[in-house]
Amino acid sequence: MGLTYQRSAKRVLRANFVNSPASDYIVALAGNPNTGKSTVFNALTGLKQHTGNWPGKTVIQAYGNYRYKGKMITLVDLPGTYSLFTNSPEEEVARDFICFGEPDVTIVVVDATCLERNLNFVLQVMEITPKTIMCLNLIDEARRRNIHIDYKKLQDKLGVPVIPTAARNGEGLNQLKDTVNRLASGLICPNPRQLRYEDSIEKTIEELAAELIPTLQDRINKRWIALRLIEGDYSVIASIKKYLGSSTFKEEFEYGTDTPRMGCFK
Amino acid sequence: MYTTEETTLANLPLGRRGIVKSLDAEGIIRRRLLDLGLIPGTVVEPIRKSPAGDPIAFKIRGAVIALRLEEGHRVCVRPL
Amino acid sequence: MGQTPQEWVVLNDVVHKAETFRNLQGENIHDKIVSNIYAEAESLVSDVVELTNIKKDWDHRIDDIVTSRIFGYPLMLVLLGVVFWLTITGANYPSALLADLLFGLEERFTRLFQILGAPAWLHGLVVLGTYRSLAWVVSVMLPPMAIFFPIFTLLEDLGYLPRVAFNLDRAFKRVGAHGKQALTMSIGFGCNAAGVLAARIIDSPRERLIAILTNNFVPCNGRFPTLILISTIFIGAGVASTYGNMAASAMVIGLVLVGISVTLLVSRVLSRTLLRGEPSLFSLELPPYRKPQVGRVIVRSFLDRTIFVLGRAVVIAAPAGTITWILANVYIGDLSIVAHAAGWLEPFGQALGLDGIIVLAFLLGLPANEIVIPIMLMSYLAAGAMLELNSLSAMRELLVSQGWTWVTALNVMLFSLLHFPCGTTLLTIRKETGSFKWTVLSAVITTAIAIVVCFLIAQGARIFDLV
Ligand SMILES: Nc1nc2c(ncn2[C@@H]2O[C@H](COP(=O)(O)OP(=O)(O)OP(=O)(O)O)[C@@H](O)[C@H]2O)c(=O)[nH]1
Ligand SMILES: [Mg+2]
Repeated sequence: MGLTYQRSAKRVLRANFVNSPASDYIVALAGNPNTGKSTVFNALTGLKQHTGNWPGKTVIQAYGNYRYKGKMITLVDLPGTYSLFTNSPEEEVARDFICFGEPDVTIVVVDATCLERNLNFVLQVMEITPKTIMCLNLIDEARRRNIHIDYKKLQDKLGVPVIPTAARNGEGLNQLKDTVNRLASGLICPNPRQLRYEDSIEKTIEELAAELIPTLQDRINKRWIALRLIEGDYSVIASIKKYLGSSTFKEEFEYGTDTPRMGCFK
Repeated sequence: MYTTEETTLANLPLGRRGIVKSLDAEGIIRRRLLDLGLIPGTVVEPIRKSPAGDPIAFKIRGAVIALRLEEGHRVCVRPL
Repeated sequence: MGQTPQEWVVLNDVVHKAETFRNLQGENIHDKIVSNIYAEAESLVSDVVELTNIKKDWDHRIDDIVTSRIFGYPLMLVLLGVVFWLTITGANYPSALLADLLFGLEERFTRLFQILGAPAWLHGLVVLGTYRSLAWVVSVMLPPMAIFFPIFTLLEDLGYLPRVAFNLDRAFKRVGAHGKQALTMSIGFGCNAAGVLAARIIDSPRERLIAILTNNFVPCNGRFPTLILISTIFIGAGVASTYGNMAASAMVIGLVLVGISVTLLVSRVLSRTLLRGEPSLFSLELPPYRKPQVGRVIVRSFLDRTIFVLGRAVVIAAPAGTITWILANVYIGDLSIVAHAAGWLEPFGQALGLDGIIVLAFLLGLPANEIVIPIMLMSYLAAGAMLELNSLSAMRELLVSQGWTWVTALNVMLFSLLHFPCGTTLLTIRKETGSFKWTVLSAVITTAIAIVVCFLIAQGARIFDLV
């Protein structure tokens, strides 16, 4: 019962966002505006999402599929945002997808020429989900400007895979696809660097997270939800009610039986 | 204007770097400014003005971001 | 199981505890969280990034010119002019070539129908209705679009658009709107429905609504070639041929400037009446210029546009041609349906310096702006003598024989620029605003302005005896 419950619940939550029963993995593309998410999306799926050198080109998420090593992967191109704190509808869309859509992998596309600003976003995603890949894009631009990034070291420090790419020229994309499959199938278990807050906040996070267990069970990152509640972001409550309380959830739960899948979400 | 007294971002002359001291904003505007990286301790540099003098583009944590005078006045800085 | 009310109670309880903690803390916890994350990012960067002899980039120098006090605005105009001039000049030849080809084919089709002994109505419906409308749209719309868009995409990929918004924000601020509205307007050149969608980049609902309601004042893909066509045959043809294209470009720039002025004016009125409120935060990132992949961009965007225009020609223009031909050739009493309707609209059209058929064409063109010109031409042709319409001068002759003057030409262009959004755009506005009221208002505001402007010009010209 336990397993069935988890799996079907997972599928159902996701059904709020993607309806793609044929695909093996759902992968989200997130990141700051203008970092090349749509370019990565196009390069992987062969589709033609519009791209352009200005922040805000993509305002509606797009879906596309590709095959890699026998797996069918559905890729979701999210609108670019500066943060995942919900101050705008786009940010809420991106946050809800990453948190409640429970993608098998979230690729954060990052502008290598502007790492600090982009890492800010990566760290926020890593707070929600460990199944994060950092796609260090525009590496050609960084090279041209003599910016050297020790990405091996960065990968060690972050605890999630870091893949340098130049999506426009196709550089690094095979490695990206490979990493997606390995992370989604559980061959890699990331150990993301946890942000620590001051003791009083940490203590409250722990308390609240424990109390959230009956409501959220093991579906959503309770630490992250607790943190949002502490800082007073109530939109997250609305989203919990929306996605976990929806009627589809109940129905599907009663009938759903799915084969369990490998994963490393605890 | 080459003092080191606190002023606002909008008053900083072009090319003169400043360090963010505090934000005079609440709610959504404060959150947005923080998202842009305007956190106390951040070094900012005004780099160009629009032809009409407003908005002004600043170098903030590696990116060039334009803000209107109104927003610029909400950020207290100490010139460096 | 699922989520029982019991669990919501627990959730509310947790929310309450979080609130208590926040109140106890006193300090802004969100600030702490953000600072903490940025501090972490900073320390990571200092560990893994190394800069060797930083190259001074071109960006700086390009921006010095592009946003300069002296050159900033003129440069925008010059760029706009160059783009239009390239479009108009470049489109002339392929346009003529396509017209020759497609109307040559029309003759063959006609002969084929004669050989087969097909009835006249069938020939009319298929060749003079469906095929001809398709041929017009392809020869008139395709070349300018297939040239304009690759150039526009190059500017977009280079990173010029955010600079436009940077330069223009001051004007938008003055009228209580958001500078990113300039970006939504740029997208509007491609398609107003896309421009309306792009308004999502504006966070504040008030300013977003202003951008949505005014996007239509930018001539889209379907109207832009109409403006070019009429400018070329009425303005361009009036000047010595070497300067013809320049005069036509100047006319189109003039119209775009009218569109921008009306946008600002309407934004101002809206932000002082229905959409009053505080300006929201304006922040605009100016990304570094990036070298576009010139060859690839040109080929891709050329093909994209070609497929787009051809697709719309087949899906919309061809059926519209069929319907129009029927309307223009089915008689009730001794007048065709078109003639009845046009006769009824004639007084209104005349008051605006247009005529009944023009007004009818705009009304029937609601589904898509591309079909306005084909409908107009087809209706004129059915009413008058059969003409070979395979060249610009033939088109000019036809229009003049139908009583067109420079006032008619000007007002058709202005009406096209200012009138109600096309069906797709209206649906998009409905979806984006979620409100029927705003959708109707978007059509009412635009059409009212179009009517007033055309009326004033027509009456002015009459009073001062300029026609
Ligand atoms: N040189 C270089 N340019 C790239 C690369 N990837 C993307 N670009 C360019 O960067 C610009 C932005 O790319 P997009 O894919 O539109 O970025 P995005 O992240 O989808 O942007 P938003 O939708 O606005 O959030 C485009 O002009 C691309 O051509 C790359 O690897 N190298
Ligand atoms: Mg995009």
